[in-house]
Amino acid sequence: MSYLPYAVAAWICLVGLAGVATSRNLVHLAVCLTVMQSSTYVLLLSVGYVAGGRAPIFKGAKPGAKAVDPVVQALTLTDVVVSVAVVALILALALDAHRLAGTVDPDGLADVHG
Amino acid sequence: MSRRGRLALLGPALLGLGALLGWGVAGLPAFGHYRGPYGFVLDRIVVPLRHTTNVVMGTTFDVRGVDTMGEEFILYAAVLGVTLLLRSGERGRPGRQAGERLGTDGLRLLGVTMVGGGVLVGLWLAAFGYVTPGGGFQGGALVAGTILLLYLVGGRSAYAPFLAEAALDPLESLGAGGYVVIGLAALASGLPFLTNLLGLGTPGSLVSGGSIAALNWASALAVTVALLTLFAEFLETYVVPLARADEA
Repeated sequence: MSYLPYAVAAWICLVGLAGVATSRNLVHLAVCLTVMQSSTYVLLLSVGYVAGGRAPIFKGAKPGAKAVDPVVQALTLTDVVVSVAVVALILALALDAHRLAGTVDPDGLADVHG
Repeated sequence: MSRRGRLALLGPALLGLGALLGWGVAGLPAFGHYRGPYGFVLDRIVVPLRHTTNVVMGTTFDVRGVDTMGEEFILYAAVLGVTLLLRSGERGRPGRQAGERLGTDGLRLLGVTMVGGGVLVGLWLAAFGYVTPGGGFQGGALVAGTILLLYLVGGRSAYAPFLAEAALDPLESLGAGGYVVIGLAALASGLPFLTNLLGLGTPGSLVSGGSIAALNWASALAVTVALLTLFAEFLETYVVPLARADEA
């Protein structure tokens, strides 16, 4: 009985959120958001783990061998792709903010109006 | 809100969220005690029914193939968004021109070798994605990432072919649209959308999985070109002036 991987996921999520909230730089903020999102990878993969199970890849394995849940692994793949897309968008917005306001400090952007 | 006020709120908020996460996680089965049933069912049926020995890819491109199509369009939309955002501003800034060459000859030789090797490994990951660990998404990301290395070691002139919108845009549409066309092909033959049409082949070989192989390659192309388009937009806007030296 162990809940350690879940605790790790919760910890990564909280650390990432703290980073997002205290960030002084939009690029740093994007990295913190990625850290936060990584907690979902840990959580998903932990939820699907079967003690003693192999990876759900049956090349050279007996059919019916004990394996972990492939669904959460497929979901993690989706998660990673979405994470990349979101980070690219945030970085583009950060570059635009820098071009328009001359700063990437979220606090310094408070005075910028459309 | 002032920075100090925000930080004062952060403490209680983190404690609250931590408590909620702890509460939620406490209701999960302990680590290693997965209860199923879907994972166990898929582990049992995907190889006999779809002949893909990588059950994760069998799940991604067949069992939840429609979700994966949505995921491809998330990527497509994000690339579109980045392109629109970056092109709305002036392109290229004086004094930011990247050097044509980087480092010593030895470093560049190592870099070029890594580009060749990396692209090959990426193609291998994509090709055998439904047989062994890997897949179109992973392989595509590796191929695009290693191609970017070419920019670092070869400079803009070596990387120029990968900046050409005229080539990137149709290829991106071919990747994302190809996935939809494979789905529609099933519809056209009177079966539900994305039904696995092609022959299932021999499990554990490249000729297996039927439509999964085609969908895998469509995704590999879509991901590779989506990332190359992102790189091109960032590079053209913020590193290299749009006007080439001979046009200026």
